[in-house]
Amino acid sequence: MNPAAQPPVTRERALVLLRDMLRIRCFEDRCVQLYGELKIRGFLHLCNGEEAVAVGAMQALQAGDAVVSTYREHGHALARGLAMGPLMAELYGKQNGTSRGRGGSMHIFDAASRFYGGNAIVGGGLPVAIGIALAQKLQHGSGITACFFGDGAVAEGEFHESLNLAALWGLPVLFLCENNLYAMGTAVALVESQTDIASKASAYQVASRAVDGMDVFAVADAATQAAAQVRAGKGPAFLELRTYRFRGHSMFDAQLYRDKAEIEAWQKKGPIITLTTRLKGLGLMNEDDYQRLEREARAEVESAVAFAERGEWEPVAQLERFVYAERPQ
Amino acid sequence: MSEPAAAVRLTYREAARQGLRAALASDPRVFLMGEDVGRYGGCYAVTKGLLQEFGPERVRDTPLSESAFVGAGIGAAIAGMRPIVEIMTVNFSLLALDQILNNAATLCHMSGGQVNVPLVIRMATGAGRQLAAQHSHSLEGWYAHIPGLRVVAPGTIDDARFMLGAALACPDPVLLFEHIVLYNMEGELTAGLASADIDHAAIRRAGRDVVLMTYGGSLHKCLAAAAALASEGIEAEVLDLRTLRPLDDAAIMDSVRRTHRVVIVDEGWRSGSVAAEVTTRIVEQAFYDLDAPVARVCTAEVPIPYPKHLEDAALPSPERIRETVQRLLARGGAS
Repeated sequence: MNPAAQPPVTRERALVLLRDMLRIRCFEDRCVQLYGELKIRGFLHLCNGEEAVAVGAMQALQAGDAVVSTYREHGHALARGLAMGPLMAELYGKQNGTSRGRGGSMHIFDAASRFYGGNAIVGGGLPVAIGIALAQKLQHGSGITACFFGDGAVAEGEFHESLNLAALWGLPVLFLCENNLYAMGTAVALVESQTDIASKASAYQVASRAVDGMDVFAVADAATQAAAQVRAGKGPAFLELRTYRFRGHSMFDAQLYRDKAEIEAWQKKGPIITLTTRLKGLGLMNEDDYQRLEREARAEVESAVAFAERGEWEPVAQLERFVYAERPQ
Repeated sequence: MSEPAAAVRLTYREAARQGLRAALASDPRVFLMGEDVGRYGGCYAVTKGLLQEFGPERVRDTPLSESAFVGAGIGAAIAGMRPIVEIMTVNFSLLALDQILNNAATLCHMSGGQVNVPLVIRMATGAGRQLAAQHSHSLEGWYAHIPGLRVVAPGTIDDARFMLGAALACPDPVLLFEHIVLYNMEGELTAGLASADIDHAAIRRAGRDVVLMTYGGSLHKCLAAAAALASEGIEAEVLDLRTLRPLDDAAIMDSVRRTHRVVIVDEGWRSGSVAAEVTTRIVEQAFYDLDAPVARVCTAEVPIPYPKHLEDAALPSPERIRETVQRLLARGGAS
């Protein structure tokens, strides 16, 4: 990779990236409270610590691109540009949510921004992503498909089937492996004979590299470069984004499988704190800037909560809608 | 005066191929993918010649990766294409069950109606060729259990020819089951027919004494049984369900009200079968129209054995259907 090709670290660009990560962090932190208040139910998987992956990767995408994500997708959805109000309303299960409340936290969809879920079966999104990419290739458009999945998905057959097929058919897919070191509570080293995940992609002839997933610039630059290759018709690309989840797998996780010292060590390497320190050091930002961004993010989250609170429940009479497509009357 | 146009005689296999060819020719969004559909010409030779005619972009050989290529069909469908995925046989569809159930059947609902999946999955189904336990499944009933899917089973030459087009016109995932013993069946394509109805069952033979309700490969066993019964003076109606999800309740109940006696013939295992579901609906909706208990002829509850005599004994047969009707009529008294 040619360092000269990287966009410069400007104040403007840096503050946008920091703002987008803070929006996600504040959203997720507020979700914790709302879960405690029983406003949000079911499974809730938060992405604290992984914000640089979502925000960095989205810098590479254009409006016509598609995104396939996982059950830990609030960050991806926000970074993709989904409005925060309908997203929060979906977590509430309200009719003004992204899926009219029918999906919940794990199933966020937005056809307008080509955000195709929100898949809660580990590895289940990969085949769908290559299919969207196949359509893009057959339609001769310039769109690509970004496919997020975690390190746990690497053990699934669908990962291997999909990488092989994507490479074989030269499909425009950007595989984004969010390696947070744990598949629920099981460390990568306990379940993978080869822990270098990027090398698995290489074995399928997919251009791949591992990236520091805590550095939003590194993620953005790697994703932009990889997406350009994919968009140029050079077939799929693969990024292993090395990151860490600060909170438990879900809200039910007692985290018996890792110790606090490990979490604290990673928190010091967190994407928001390191970027803030770096920008201050470079003189591109001061504490007032940070406070303002955080204040604005919190205000947006409160508006989203208010939006969700105002939402109606889908009438029970409509229970069986959307099982099949509704044809125009 | 010229002769009337000669009726077109063809096999079920050729009819299915014509359906595929017409779909590929008429809509540039349609493409076909699956194992050995291209160079090999299809495991059952249904897709023979299509690669040469339409090229490798639209007739795609896939790796033996059922989950990936079924999922890819789902993805391509939601992104504007009209894929036809061939799973070589229903037996291998189990390797794609996650994609079929967790994605194809749920995306529309989970997305609040934003993302529908206009995908057709074709697969060969059924027993009768001494292929033993892993290659003889009849799992239409399993799939018919799942909301979000449509399940169709062409049992005639006309339906083999035209159900695919109707399935492609549907905005939802459609599973289309072709019974392996039907591929060599010859028959005439109805002149002037241009489409198939995938919303309604069809009466294949009229009769007043009893109705045989069935679908797919068992249709012809029922017709054979009905012909034999006619020689005894018993007139059996044969109702071809055709679409197993959603079931055509109105047609089913109409048949019950006409004949008052029902035998359901289903190659699936009896427990939790299509036959079980149809029986329940009849009990719920037309109980007082029955003159005798509903009877079922299903596959014996064993993995399908290899030797012919055991396989034959396991499957519904015209003889078992006939005997079941005779017992039913004897018990129910004269109609």
